[in-house]
Amino acid sequence: MITVEGLTHYYGERRAIEDIRFQISANEIVGFLGLNGAGKSTTLRILAGLLVPSAGSITIDGVDLVSAGSSARARIGYLPEDPPLYREMTVREFVAYCGELKGLDRATVQSRLDGVLKIAQLTHVQHRVIQELSHGYRKRCGIAQAIIHKPKLVILDEPISGLDPRQIVEMRQVIRDLAKDCTVLISSHILGEISETCDRILVLAGGKIVAQGTEAELASRAGSAAGARLTLVVRGTAAAIDAGLAAGGAVVKSDKHEEVGGIWRVHVALANDDRETLVAALVGAGVGIRKLVEDESELEQIFLGLTQGASA
Amino acid sequence: MKGILLVARRDFWAYINTVWGWAILALALLLDGLFFNVFGLTASAQYSADVLDQFVFFTSGITLAAAVLITMRLFAEERQTGTIVLLDSSPLSEGQIVFGKYLSGMAFLSLFAVATAYMPALIFVNGKVSMEQIAVGYLGILLMGSAGVAIGTWASSISRNQLLAAVISTVVSVFFVTCWMLARLLDPPFKAIISYVAFFDKQLQPFQEGRIDTQGVFFFVSITFAFLLLANRSLIARRWE
Repeated sequence: MITVEGLTHYYGERRAIEDIRFQISANEIVGFLGLNGAGKSTTLRILAGLLVPSAGSITIDGVDLVSAGSSARARIGYLPEDPPLYREMTVREFVAYCGELKGLDRATVQSRLDGVLKIAQLTHVQHRVIQELSHGYRKRCGIAQAIIHKPKLVILDEPISGLDPRQIVEMRQVIRDLAKDCTVLISSHILGEISETCDRILVLAGGKIVAQGTEAELASRAGSAAGARLTLVVRGTAAAIDAGLAAGGAVVKSDKHEEVGGIWRVHVALANDDRETLVAALVGAGVGIRKLVEDESELEQIFLGLTQGASA
Repeated sequence: MKGILLVARRDFWAYINTVWGWAILALALLLDGLFFNVFGLTASAQYSADVLDQFVFFTSGITLAAAVLITMRLFAEERQTGTIVLLDSSPLSEGQIVFGKYLSGMAFLSLFAVATAYMPALIFVNGKVSMEQIAVGYLGILLMGSAGVAIGTWASSISRNQLLAAVISTVVSVFFVTCWMLARLLDPPFKAIISYVAFFDKQLQPFQEGRIDTQGVFFFVSITFAFLLLANRSLIARRWE
């Protein structure tokens, strides 16, 4: 539904992004990850129609964003990190105004208004002046203005930054509700949030997409490059465990601590995923294996692994 | 047209709902009243037409100054607060946004013009002027105000903050106001060119005297159009930065 092809942008002589390509299906929630200066903001500004790219194309629901201009912008909802709000207006006035600004007639705005305020969980503050609202409610106002015109694509830049834990949980629900009607692209520095909310992740580094896929796919990709990380619970002496690890072959790093008498928890990093050899070596050294689990790769590790080369 | 009115409506209400808008209006009316009192209501006898001439002269000058203060926020404030994103990401064209902003400035400036109506009305107490002459005078005031609002709209469109916008539009407006003095120092053909663009000495004079001068109308409309076009181009250019 959203297709980005060969997106490139220069600020003067400086290249901000180069040959960015991806596709997003309808009703998908996609996370956009990148370090500062990776070209994330430039890409989002182009996708929101604020910036014309130096090269490349963006098609949203069959309409080319660059050539169609205003009609394509009507299909996009955009919430920057700092929500753009006319603070002297009440919530209801503001959202209605934004609906008309996006090209809806007044009757359509009124018919959609209550539903949108409900999705953004703003119904109970709809008659309050935005100036008086907390940061969390202002974020929700920003979301409401981004979806009032029923866009095909909603772009949320750091939607949970500055929110308290309860507001974060509520915002997650708001974002999931959004995806029932449209495609959502979220940019965030909070990797756990991307992991929690998104169906798929795009990783941007050095102005290029360096990886894309589900978290599991990215983990597998990062894992195959970095080897395997295992946690073992074993029975034996410290000397026997050390001997087994030394004979294990691909052990890059290990760390152990005794839990109860003779039972040890051992964390092992392998250069390659040759866990069978390690187990055989430990058993050969007289160590009993009680449990072996693969460490779940945290998104931070995956992200750093994937972006390390591109950022260098 | 709906988009233009939408932008104009919000900006107009932003003037009405802030102290800043009313402060500009009050200051402009105070200065205008003072000038009228000093130059219009003199102890010595004056022709009613001359009093009206004086009124149109300084009211148009104050209108120009008010235009600078009114328009400096149009784009610069939206850029400072980040709300410019709402306009930039909307389906409205740059031209619609610029014209909507211009209309809001003109609407607020028209409030000022209406509020000055008591001054020409006072001429009727001890004198006699035609309503047509007053209407032509106000046409001149609004035409100059229109040029001032357009200059301010352009200045605000290229500025990151309101102060810079005010400085730029002041410099440009002062040039148009004072270039009749510059013209006196120049030789032909520059003398003719510079004196032609002088707001007061050349273009406003017929309106002060109660004459509709098509050349003056064309001049002020052209200035308005040119600066709105420049503002439009500056908004488009920002998408291509």
